Amino acid sequence: MRTRVLTVFLLLGATAAPLAADARSDAKKQVEFGITVAQRGLWREAIYRWERAAQIDPKYAEAYNDLAIAYEHEGDLEKARVAYEKALELEPNNALIKQNYELFKEINDRTTRKDTPDDPGNQNP
Amino acid sequence: MTLATRILSSVAAILFIAGCTNYYEIPIETPIKPKLDVSAFQRVLVAGFIAGGTDDVDGNLETTRLLRSQLRTKSDLRVIDTDVLPLMEVATETPGTPEVKVEPAKAAPASDGAEGREGREAREGKEGKEGKDTKADPKSEPKGEGPQAATPEKPAAIKDAKDLEPYEHLFADVEYWKKIGEEYQNPLIVTGTVMFTPHQRSGIVQREEEVYDSFGRRRVVPVRTYMERKGYILQPKFIFIDGRTGTVMHSENFREEVLYNANQSTPALSSYFELMDRLIPSFLSTLSSQKIKGTRVLLQ
Repeated sequence: MRTRVLTVFLLLGATAAPLAADARSDAKKQVEFGITVAQRGLWREAIYRWERAAQIDPKYAEAYNDLAIAYEHEGDLEKARVAYEKALELEPNNALIKQNYELFKEINDRTTRKDTPDDPGNQNP
Repeated sequence: MTLATRILSSVAAILFIAGCTNYYEIPIETPIKPKLDVSAFQRVLVAGFIAGGTDDVDGNLETTRLLRSQLRTKSDLRVIDTDVLPLMEVATETPGTPEVKVEPAKAAPASDGAEGREGREAREGKEGKEGKDTKADPKSEPKGEGPQAATPEKPAAIKDAKDLEPYEHLFADVEYWKKIGEEYQNPLIVTGTVMFTPHQRSGIVQREEEVYDSFGRRRVVPVRTYMERKGYILQPKFIFIDGRTGTVMHSENFREEVLYNANQSTPALSSYFELMDRLIPSFLSTLSSQKIKGTRVLLQ
C-alpha cells in the first residue's frame, strides 16, 4: 500500500514539473509577443497578451510588471498599482520591477495627493 | 571541484543571469486626468495672491505672471489678462481681519508700463498692512533696479505662514468672489497665498567626488561631509474658486525647498523659479489633463 501511494506521488510530481514548465513557456510566448506589439505602440494588444500570460502562469512576475507598465501608459493607475504590487510580491528582490514601481509611485502619489485638513473644501462644480 | 566543473558552473551562472535579465526599455506617456472638472468654464482668471516671506521676490506678481503664462500655453482655458487684484488690501477692508490703520499713501517712484496699476495696487495693500504695525519698516522702501523695482516689497509683518492666516478669510468671502466673477464673465478664479522664505540648514550631507586611482582611472565616490547650506522654501496654496457662485471648489498646498552651498550666491528670483518649476506640473494637472513622459523596463 505504502509503495503504491509513493508511486502515485512520484508520478504526480514527475508530471507536475513539466506542466508548470509548459505553463511558463506558454506564458513567456505571450509576454514576448506583448513586448513586440508594445514596442510598435499597440498597447491594447499588449495588455491582452500580458493578461493572458498572467492567467496561464499566475506566478510569472515579469508578466505582471509588463502589465503594470501598460496600465500606466493607458492612465489606469489603480490597475497599474495592483499589478506592480503583485509583481513585487512574486519577486520582491527584482531591482528592475522595484525601479519601475518607484517611478510609477512618483506619478501616482502626485495625482492622489490629499489636501491638508485646513483646506476650505474640494468640491467640483 | 575540478577546474572544468568550475568553468562549467560559471558559464551556467552567466547564462542564467543573462536569461533572467532579458529586458527592454520602453518610453511611456502616462495620461493624468485633471483633478478638477473645469468643463463648465471657458475662461480662467489668475486673480492674485496674498504673499509673504523674503523681500527679494514679489510672490504675488511673479506667481500671477507665471501661472498665467503656463495656463496660456498648457491649458484649454482662455486666460484673462488683467491687473493683479490687491488682495491684501481687500482682505484688510473686509470683516474678519484685525483692525488696520491705513496710512496715507507715501510718495512712491512713478512706475510705468504694464506694471503701473499692479504696482500701485500692491503698494497700497502693503502700506495698509504697515499701518497695522504702526511703525514704518525702513527695509520696506522700494528697491532700485531689477524686475522687482516697479513693485513694492511685501509687508514686513508677513514673515511666516502664520502671518498669512488673518488674511485667509478673504478666500471664503463668497460675495466678493461672486462680484469678481460677474465682472469677468464667470471664469474659474485662481488665487491663494504664497510664502517664499529664506532658509538655512547645516549638517552631514553626501556628495559625489571625483577620484583618480594610481592608473589614472577616474572614479566617482560618495563622500559625507559637514556643510552649511542656505536656500529658500516656497509654500504656495492655490485656491480655485467658481466665479459663478463665489465658492471654493478646490485648494492645494505645496511645499518645495532648495538648499545651496553657503558660499554660493543664488539670486532669490532664480530660486523662486526653480522651485515653481517643480510644482507647476502638479498645478496644471489640477485643471487640464497632462501626459507625463517616462521610461520603464519591460521584462521577459
